[in-house]
Amino acid sequence: MSKLNLLFCQLLVAVVIIGLWQLLTTVPIFGRILLPPFFFSNPVDVGSQIVAWFSTGVIWKHLAITLWESILAFAIGSLGGVAFGFWFARQPRVAAVFDPYVKMANALPRVVLAPIFTLWLGLGIWSKVALGVTLVFFIVFFNVYQGVKEVSGTVLSNGRMLGMSERQLMRHVYWPSALSWMFSSLHTSVGFAVVGAVVGEYLGSAAGLGYLIQQAEGVFDVAGVFAGMFVLSAFVILIDLGVTVVERRLLVWRPDAAGSRN
Amino acid sequence: MQAGTAAAPWAVELDDATVAFRLADARVYTAVEQARLSVAHGEFVAIVGPTGCGKSTLLNVAAGLLKPAAGAVRIFGEPLTGLNRQAGYLFQADALFPWKTAIDNVAIGLEIAGASRTDAHDAAQKWLTSVGLGAFAGRYPHMLSGGQRKRVALAQVLIRNPKILLMDEPFGPLDAQTRQIMGNLLLELWTADRKAVLFVTHDLEEAIALADRVVIMSAGPGSRIIGDWRVPLARPRDIFEIRLEKEFHDLHREIWSVLKDEVMKGYAQSAQSVEALA
Repeated sequence: MSKLNLLFCQLLVAVVIIGLWQLLTTVPIFGRILLPPFFFSNPVDVGSQIVAWFSTGVIWKHLAITLWESILAFAIGSLGGVAFGFWFARQPRVAAVFDPYVKMANALPRVVLAPIFTLWLGLGIWSKVALGVTLVFFIVFFNVYQGVKEVSGTVLSNGRMLGMSERQLMRHVYWPSALSWMFSSLHTSVGFAVVGAVVGEYLGSAAGLGYLIQQAEGVFDVAGVFAGMFVLSAFVILIDLGVTVVERRLLVWRPDAAGSRN
Repeated sequence: MQAGTAAAPWAVELDDATVAFRLADARVYTAVEQARLSVAHGEFVAIVGPTGCGKSTLLNVAAGLLKPAAGAVRIFGEPLTGLNRQAGYLFQADALFPWKTAIDNVAIGLEIAGASRTDAHDAAQKWLTSVGLGAFAGRYPHMLSGGQRKRVALAQVLIRNPKILLMDEPFGPLDAQTRQIMGNLLLELWTADRKAVLFVTHDLEEAIALADRVVIMSAGPGSRIIGDWRVPLARPRDIFEIRLEKEFHDLHREIWSVLKDEVMKGYAQSAQSVEALA
């Protein structure tokens, strides 16, 4: 399928779905409307809500806050994950002692932590950042841990025979290996940073996309809920595109990364 | 080429080296027993033996990657403690750093020794050219073929100018033609400044074609060195041509008559251990 054809088909799906949605919510079929607008709104209302947000400029503040929370959650979670992943992988005894607790903490559904964080850190951005951090941390942690553990024995011996000290092995062998594992999970961890931010906002805040959706839901403004969802999806897709660009830069040496994502 | 006197000690000397591993069930597996082997300055020695006879183990002992349970290892007369800093090691498996380009892979040995990045890169470019990969400096290992990766690995080891070269079936994973081309390349580079070489292979033809001496090991466990032949073929050699000569055939027949029994024993043993596992 050519690129143009593919794009056409993809657009067609959107047009059909939106068309059906509009049709079923506005035109009576056999005397009744199949999708009551109270529950399903309709594309025109949703669209005008989005346009209104952008034309008045209210949306920018919320987008900026959600973006900022996601970035902070990603940065802090990644730093922590890298540090602990490295430490545990290089100190098997520490890893063995903490193993059950790490598993326990990771098994916990993070949503239940939101009220605690709100209690501790207030309704501002930090309670949302904290929620994102708990999600991002474990993904990065496990990947870095694996990355350091699974350095090929031959490559390691080669480094040693070429005269590398422990510090040089760290820099030239363990570090790049761990980073490559971390970057291979970049899409997931960035996605989770956004999830943490939005869920946190939804559960209690005064700004952000999650807040916007929650507010609309609170007054049965279904158009507002859908509009918020669309803006959120577009936001996540844009971030994901950015991640793909970064990933392609950093992982040029990897056969799969260079080949499969085109 | 009789070295080993006080004035010129052997480059590598294994003195009754025994290597044993502790197995999971607390039994001790003796891989190599009382191996006695000496390699002179500038001498090319090939070790041949059946699969699983501990050839690579012996090489790792000479590299200092493994400590012998008994016996001594001496490098230029000095007892070996820790890693063998005089040696370059060419591994059987891919050992290049996959996250470094070809030129960075070659330059790293100089860089970690304290050379500046520009100097290291200049030298690396020269080495890449001399292994025939001058135009591939910017490629990552996964963009190179198996033979090209071996060339980079060879340059990576030789750029440090080690006095001893340890090679563990380095051309094992390559196809037959590429192996011969790599063999010729190795001989060409080796002739330039004769290093002491310890070359492990399971391919007797390759061993005779390349080496000054061929050492045969018995089947494991507890394998020993059971034969040591001098290869009387003249240098410089061409690996493609040398296999056609009569002397080559005579020596091959002679060594094979000894090696064959060990190969059969090795097979029988690995078949037994498979049955034991099953």
